[in-house]
Amino acid sequence: MGRLDGGVVGVTASLAPAGALQSAVTIQLGIVVAYLLLALGVGLVAYRLTDRTAEDYYLASRTLGTVVLLFTTFATLLSAFTFFAGPNIAYGLGPEWILVMGLMDGIIFGVLWYVVGYKQWLVGKAHGYVTLGEMLGDRFGSPVLRATVALVSLFWLFPYVMLQQVGAGGALSALTNGAVPYWAGAGLITVFMIVYVVLSGMRGVAWTDTLQGLFMLTMVWAAFVWVLSAVGGIGAATDAMASANPEFLALGDGSSSPSLFGGGAYSLPWMLSQAIGIAFGVAMFPQVNQRFFVADSETVLKRTMALWPVVVLLLFVPAFMLGAWAAGLGVAMPESGNILPGLLAEYTPTWFAALVVAGAMAAMMSSSDSMLLSGSSYFTRDLYRPFVNVDASERREDLIARVGVAVFATLAFVASLFNPPSLFVIGDTAFGGFAQLAPPVIVALYWSRTTLSGMFAAILGSQLFYMVTTFTPAAGETMTVLGVVVPGVVENFAGWSSSVVGMVVGLLLVVGVSSVTSASVAEQPSVLEGPTDD
Amino acid sequence: MPTRTASVAWGAAFLLLAALSVPWFLWNDSTVVAGFPVWLWWHIGWMVLASITFAVFTQRGWGVWMGGWSA
Repeated sequence: MGRLDGGVVGVTASLAPAGALQSAVTIQLGIVVAYLLLALGVGLVAYRLTDRTAEDYYLASRTLGTVVLLFTTFATLLSAFTFFAGPNIAYGLGPEWILVMGLMDGIIFGVLWYVVGYKQWLVGKAHGYVTLGEMLGDRFGSPVLRATVALVSLFWLFPYVMLQQVGAGGALSALTNGAVPYWAGAGLITVFMIVYVVLSGMRGVAWTDTLQGLFMLTMVWAAFVWVLSAVGGIGAATDAMASANPEFLALGDGSSSPSLFGGGAYSLPWMLSQAIGIAFGVAMFPQVNQRFFVADSETVLKRTMALWPVVVLLLFVPAFMLGAWAAGLGVAMPESGNILPGLLAEYTPTWFAALVVAGAMAAMMSSSDSMLLSGSSYFTRDLYRPFVNVDASERREDLIARVGVAVFATLAFVASLFNPPSLFVIGDTAFGGFAQLAPPVIVALYWSRTTLSGMFAAILGSQLFYMVTTFTPAAGETMTVLGVVVPGVVENFAGWSSSVVGMVVGLLLVVGVSSVTSASVAEQPSVLEGPTDD
Repeated sequence: MPTRTASVAWGAAFLLLAALSVPWFLWNDSTVVAGFPVWLWWHIGWMVLASITFAVFTQRGWGVWMGGWSA
């Protein structure tokens, strides 16, 4: 921090005559552009080490070490949530969201890291798999299953990438008071990402993620210490919160707590629904699931698992307490709709707030770059290779993969300019959509009597259930689509989310249908069973 | 090959870690200790315990549930 600090203060001094607002914008842009160039530099270094094969491009030849794997997964999971949505929830409802995140990312995801991750790593290493669809397609002898998993994943992934671009464009535009228009901000981020992802693949993405993850962690703690020293310490901050929002202190929904997602926020079913639905969804998100294949050794997976709960604490306790304290300190929600920049603007200098916004953009980029890479790999490995060009050479596939990244990013950017409401809704509910894949995948990984019919029934059935309950209006209401009146169906199951209920539907379908159907001749349970099973 | 007892015991340990990471027994409690609500301190301690449990698992339990893959 020391060196960076001095440099930025120097910039402030030299720009002072140009006017306060102008210089603030210049500093903010300078920090963001410097950050982008640094990420690009890391990408270039990684490029020099890259072989021209698909396995190296997508998986860095399965050679990632502990720190890089931990931070690349972590930075990938976070997106802008840590800096924006998470503190906003704490600001509106109280800091209990920390508990949801701890259970979700620290414990459930930690266990899934072993249950899904280690198993996939073993299978992937033995058979050379690069994607989830490839593994399942091989196990069940069905290219159609492979394509189905890829298509379902891309359906939820594309709008989610678009949302990250919308977020980045909006953040840059808000940071510079509109001096950088929304389209230019989103476009700048898109171009930088395309360049370093196309060039360097997984190795470059993982290295920049590590940089971004460490940067975010540093910024959150610096903001925490800075704000606390300005307001007189933890005790004073919590006292202010206790007098302004007494219900924030008590664990639970607090009778006067406003509702963010509909009734029952911070009730038990609500908290568990969030934690379970998102944790399982995360494990099936292409960019996270693909990371299960990239560890260098078992030791890397072991160390990473043990570090999960502590890293989650280190990041979320300060970030979300800042959001909750902001409510007690009387910080008004800024126009951008995000409380953390508002709090920082109140208590820290401009350059520091800009650094934190750069951190948020780092978070968005570290999610998007990984999503582009994995989205492209799902497309080339699971759709292009099996259905368009079976005999594609390694080099050819590598080329298609890089072109795929550019096309995927450009399409998502174009979509972000229109930001159609339907895509927004899909992106917003993507975690639940991915969570629906978890029950059939986990059952297939551990139960050798799972059949192809069971897989199709569970994947298609739970997706249908989740989409119908999520995209249609609430019971009793109607919605008109293309002149057709759609009646509402039940969306709330005694406080449990449709994502969790859909997972139960998927579990029942995969077990039930597999029990009453028999395996087709093409199925090979041995793919997942391992070398010493009898 | 891990024993059946080990498989069940680790499953139970993980379930317990998940079940009590949110201190449900402190529902509606608003006691503050050293600047944080007491339920947050519980959570912090519990997550550290989870990390230690995971570390012990990677040493002693690694390989459970993996069937033919465990050496």
